[in-house]
Amino acid sequence: MSSQDIPEENVPAERDAHEGAHGAVSVADEKNPFADPGLPPHEHRIQDIDERAAKRSERAVAFLFTVSMLATVGFIASYVTIPADRSIFVFPIGHLSALNFALGLTLGTALFTIGAGAVHWARTLMSDVEVADDRHPIAAPPEVRAKVHADFKAGATESAIGRRKLIRNTMFGALTLVPLSGVVLLRDLGPLPEDKLRHTLWAKGKLLVNMNTDEPLRPSDVAVGSLTFCKPEGLEEHDEDFQNEIAKAALMIVRLQPDDIKDKQELEWSHEGIVAYSKICTHVGCPISLYEQQTHHVLCPCHQSTFDLSDGAKVIFGPAGHALPQLRIGVNDEGYLEALGDFEEPVGPAFWERG
Amino acid sequence: MKKLSARRRHPLAALVVLLLALACTGGLYAAFAPASKAQADETAQSLAIEEGKKLYAVGCASCHGTGGQGSSDGPSLVGVGAAAVDFQVGTGRMPAATSQGAQVPKKKVIYTQAQIDQLAAYIASLGAGPTVPTEAEYGPEGADIAKGGDLFRTNCAQCHNFTGKGGALTNGKYAPDLEDVDPKHIYEAMQTGPQNMPSFPDTTLSEQNKKDIIAYLHAVNSDETVNPGGLELGGLGPVSEGLFAWIFGLGALIAVAVWVAARTAKAKKS
Repeated sequence: MSSQDIPEENVPAERDAHEGAHGAVSVADEKNPFADPGLPPHEHRIQDIDERAAKRSERAVAFLFTVSMLATVGFIASYVTIPADRSIFVFPIGHLSALNFALGLTLGTALFTIGAGAVHWARTLMSDVEVADDRHPIAAPPEVRAKVHADFKAGATESAIGRRKLIRNTMFGALTLVPLSGVVLLRDLGPLPEDKLRHTLWAKGKLLVNMNTDEPLRPSDVAVGSLTFCKPEGLEEHDEDFQNEIAKAALMIVRLQPDDIKDKQELEWSHEGIVAYSKICTHVGCPISLYEQQTHHVLCPCHQSTFDLSDGAKVIFGPAGHALPQLRIGVNDEGYLEALGDFEEPVGPAFWERG
Repeated sequence: MKKLSARRRHPLAALVVLLLALACTGGLYAAFAPASKAQADETAQSLAIEEGKKLYAVGCASCHGTGGQGSSDGPSLVGVGAAAVDFQVGTGRMPAATSQGAQVPKKKVIYTQAQIDQLAAYIASLGAGPTVPTEAEYGPEGADIAKGGDLFRTNCAQCHNFTGKGGALTNGKYAPDLEDVDPKHIYEAMQTGPQNMPSFPDTTLSEQNKKDIIAYLHAVNSDETVNPGGLELGGLGPVSEGLFAWIFGLGALIAVAVWVAARTAKAKKS
């Protein structure tokens, strides 16, 4: 018998009947060059022969199950007795919550010992005689197939689907229209952002508000080498659209010595060396503020794009494609720093229509 | 009293008397010294500046110039203030062994606190700058830990990580781990901006804000920090956690799978 097609008589019951479960099934000949040696002869375990060894295994399994029971009792006891805020020191983990540690340890032990006991039981005491279980043919027998065909035909005739056209047509109509609900929902992928990506909350006359103190900034507050984050005046953290707006408007304020500023436009847009740059990386929009005050480099933590704040925030390393947009700032009549307009270009990562 | 006098010839009697005498002297000194110190505060100050100048000439002048004006090897110290000196020398960063290298690391402190105060007094006399903060400014009283966490994530976490574990910067520079750093030094670092760290002066990050941040750091990154989950794996985020899960988690699963499928011991064939 070849291994390619498995004839009916190869189901285990039949085959065992005329060949037995073990020993060589076929030998190599001209038609079939690969011998099938069959299953190797069965070897007994110690537990199969020695009743004392079997008893030992039984006790080991029972021990594991008992440990599991005790661990469950321990779990309940720890839940009841240990207060949630007690901490203990466990080497080498360190300080941690005593309750969490006890619950984890007992529940873990309870579950693991059930599994370990079951595996040990199966490995040492349950029968380990190898059984060959061959595949059955996939196709159903011809008489079963004939019966299914007949039943289907009878059903179709009884439902009168061919005769009652009105039912048939409305059913087709209903089934065709149902998927439309799913198609309509796709509208939620839109609408298109229009010009939302090109504008932020910054506008002429908006004060720069320090995010730490919630107060507007004066130029004298900003020391050389310091780093401050600002939001536009009027945007409060409890506003419904705060996250959407700050994601575009987040601003990073640093002060350089005016002599250190190499870029002409940057100097023009600054106020006494105070420069305001978008905090959003132009690569994929991470908040970027790893500012090195001696080198004036700003590093993005996501992909290491590096911008030189003393030279128009040009990209000097990494995957970012644009310099950080600068916000033009000045001082109002009361001596507070204010924006002199919105960013001139879209902040954050590039997009298809950015230009 | 009879009992006490009876023991006056005890071999340890001399030692006890000596200890008592020392304790009395020390106590008297502690009681009277501050009064006299207050009277002579101004003299002490100028004396500290004198002493500081001598220390400066020996330990610092070769890089920072004889008058603190700076040189090609070290920046000017005019106007950096006492806080900067207390931080740099108090954490052992100064004196730096060399001006080469990405940044000056934390080292063993080689000056006593008294000497550091003298150096700070001298540098502060060169030009006004931030002063050394007092316990009342950086201590835990009246600090809001939750607000501190908020401020830390806004201002500091980009470099120092969310719980102050530190992180890498460009060209070998790094933001150090803030675990168990003296609160005074954290305060001074925020105020003065050592090396490449930007400064956060009181005008943009108020004294109360700094106190809150220090309290937050103590809560999340000190030897008293209680981590309810335990085993923080360096607190660095998904890299170390993922590595641990792949190596130890999967390793344990593979070991169990091998045990489940291993052949059981067979009785010897006779």
